[in-house]
Amino acid sequence: MFGAGGGTSSYEELRETADLIILWGSNARDAHPIFFHHLLKAVHRGAKLYVVDPRRTASAQWADLWLGLDVGTDIPLANAIAREVITAGLVNEEFVARATTCYDAYRESVEPWTLDEAERVTGVPADAIRELAHAWGNSRYPQMCWTLGITEHHNAVDNVLALINLSLLVGGVGRHGTGLQPLRGQNNVQGGGDMGAIPNKLPGFQDVEDDALRAKFDAAWGVTIPPKYGLHMTDMFEAIEEGTFSALYVIGENPAQSEADQTRARKLLSSLDCLVVQDIFRTKTAEMADVVLPASASWAETEGTVTSSERRVQRVRKALEPPGDARDDVAIVYELAQRLGVDLGSPRPEDVWNEVRTLSPMHAGMSYKRLEELGGIQWPCWDETHPGDQFLHGRLWDNVVKNPAPFTPVKHSPPVDVLDAEFPLRLTTGRRLESFNTGVQTGGFSSPLHVGGEALLVSPEDGARYGLRDGGRALVTSRRGAVEAPVAFDNNLRPGLAFMSLHFPDLVEVNVLTIDATDPKSGTAEFKATAIRVEAIA
Amino acid sequence: MSVLLAAPKKMIELTVDGEVVRVFEGSTILDACRMLGNEQPTLCYGDTLTPVNVCRVCVVEVEGARTLVPSCSRKVEAGMVVLTDSERVRTSRRLVMELLGSSVDLSTAPDALAYIEQYDAKPDRFGPDAATVVQDVKVDNDLYVRDYSKCILCYKCVSACGEDHQNTFAIAVAGRGFDAHISTELDVTLPESACVYCGNCIAVCPTGALMSVPEYEKRQAGTWDAENETVVSTVCPYCGVGCNLELHVQDNEIVNVTSPHDHDVTEGNLCIKGRFGYQYVQNRR
Repeated sequence: MFGAGGGTSSYEELRETADLIILWGSNARDAHPIFFHHLLKAVHRGAKLYVVDPRRTASAQWADLWLGLDVGTDIPLANAIAREVITAGLVNEEFVARATTCYDAYRESVEPWTLDEAERVTGVPADAIRELAHAWGNSRYPQMCWTLGITEHHNAVDNVLALINLSLLVGGVGRHGTGLQPLRGQNNVQGGGDMGAIPNKLPGFQDVEDDALRAKFDAAWGVTIPPKYGLHMTDMFEAIEEGTFSALYVIGENPAQSEADQTRARKLLSSLDCLVVQDIFRTKTAEMADVVLPASASWAETEGTVTSSERRVQRVRKALEPPGDARDDVAIVYELAQRLGVDLGSPRPEDVWNEVRTLSPMHAGMSYKRLEELGGIQWPCWDETHPGDQFLHGRLWDNVVKNPAPFTPVKHSPPVDVLDAEFPLRLTTGRRLESFNTGVQTGGFSSPLHVGGEALLVSPEDGARYGLRDGGRALVTSRRGAVEAPVAFDNNLRPGLAFMSLHFPDLVEVNVLTIDATDPKSGTAEFKATAIRVEAIA
Repeated sequence: MSVLLAAPKKMIELTVDGEVVRVFEGSTILDACRMLGNEQPTLCYGDTLTPVNVCRVCVVEVEGARTLVPSCSRKVEAGMVVLTDSERVRTSRRLVMELLGSSVDLSTAPDALAYIEQYDAKPDRFGPDAATVVQDVKVDNDLYVRDYSKCILCYKCVSACGEDHQNTFAIAVAGRGFDAHISTELDVTLPESACVYCGNCIAVCPTGALMSVPEYEKRQAGTWDAENETVVSTVCPYCGVGCNLELHVQDNEIVNVTSPHDHDVTEGNLCIKGRFGYQYVQNRR
């Protein structure tokens, strides 16, 4: 919608200025603990906090109001909030008229979502939706923050658009203190996008299918870049299945355990002619590889940069010598190029970065020296006199707005894995405070919070209904597979909802259960919505 | 686009040890002293914490005031006349250090040891029978130990665990008088308590009462090598918040992880993964 993907505002604005914070599909207290410190300072200052999440999470326990919606009903809830904001006359009419387009179509699209209809579909009481809508409409500095509860769905992009629509309605973007913050789950997922490690962009979010931009890179690199968008990971798996994709080079990813519908993912990985894995560990994926390239830990054994959730580019530095034959990622790629007959010179991270600066205008002003002196710089940073921008899209408040932001009507589309008599429970997944993704890293330290490893969390009501015992074991079955897991009762889950993390795949292979229904645009799988049944194991 | 974030502040003029200094309204006497390069001893003061005024080692004399005042929290006033090194101030600071030094193990508290020397304090003057807080080290988890024989009750850990930063409230001061001590709820072990192992208490502890397990074990084994420690700044490998880390490395091994207090993302705070989750890098060795 806005061109470059990144949080539009900064932690400091949230901490010091925001008067209303919504965490939507985000359990930042556990998943982004230090961001939550900023949020709590805002709460102590008097900002209101609303948490939208199927679970009553550790974050929700700090909220003025928790809206416990049914998994996958985010769009009905957002549309009902919009309708109430409109009906109550709380729209920022001047902003909408001046800085947006397609408002009439949007207004029509949310019209069916009355409070009562939304209550029926989402499970959130109409009064609670009304309260949030009025708080949103009356807020001067609203902040909308979300995480994978929004994006790990088959309609991820529509979910994000639903939240962006809400911000446009109240002028909640492009001003100091207000904005949209997608909290990034990994230390450089933002930087990966910045650097063009996505199928449709070159470094600096420059479109692959823009001939002039591509020509600039062609000239700099002395090659011809294919003029079409590439494949994202989900597409790649489909291409393997279709037989049009026979070799895969995996860097720092563990798809044999992290992909949804893992049985299928492993089958496809093993059907490749050639699988190369570059990783700091012998992961399950590495065990399947034809060639393993041992890498160094990018945050402690090499030099470079990463980009945080608030678009801040910061330096990482080498503190340790890597073990054995492990080498820096840049050195490995350069060596590979050498073997393929291309001499890229000597592998110096700062040289690579300076090349980025010549090709990506939004990074041009970020020399290593300035990154050091300023403690990181937020993009865009156009030249060496530019301080970086704390918030994005200030242009929407210009007297004449050249490229107004469009409202995008979005329709409700329930989770693909439907609930029925055979699979009556909704399983959702998420992160725990002390663990990370497939546990490859966090399995390495002895945390008192690891106790118990993985467990199926269910409400005590469902425990009773399905004859489970707190501390017992259960067979968990989805339409794709079954796993055994310990059971724990959790009062913060509503009946009908179960929870597991993906952190202990060696104990419980949760991704045997999950569905690989993916969003066609983002390629993200619907990890948040699996239909299961549970049976007690004696 | 420029944004006015706050009203301009008034300047206040005062005198410290005969020198005139001008600071922003709302500054503390300690801030004014530091403007002059006139460093004051502090123990319970933390640059990222709300002052709690308990250690009394930073007290100064303010002309016209009946009692000595804590410089870390008392706000400056126009025309204030402050003495930081008068006999009265030195006597008070000396007594504070003697009381602490006689009852607490300060062997891993470099600042406190320096103040004992600076104020010519004689902790042993209360005799060999002086009461102490000596007790067994609490080792009840694999991440950090609590040695309350070294605790001076500065409250910094309580503030960091509480409203100043972490808002977990796993610890508080229990008991009264000499029996006052830092305690979890009902004095349960850390694994039974509300502790989330962020270690933000360790980050502010001025005496080494709270210490990471690697540091504790190396000190016990006599292999702690602070002199050859290097500190490298980098960014946490976990979530996308972008917390800066300082990796404390001895002999190609990470022994502690901290975050700079002046880094505006963390203010020196981390979570369990940032502070303790580094071990995987070293498990490859």
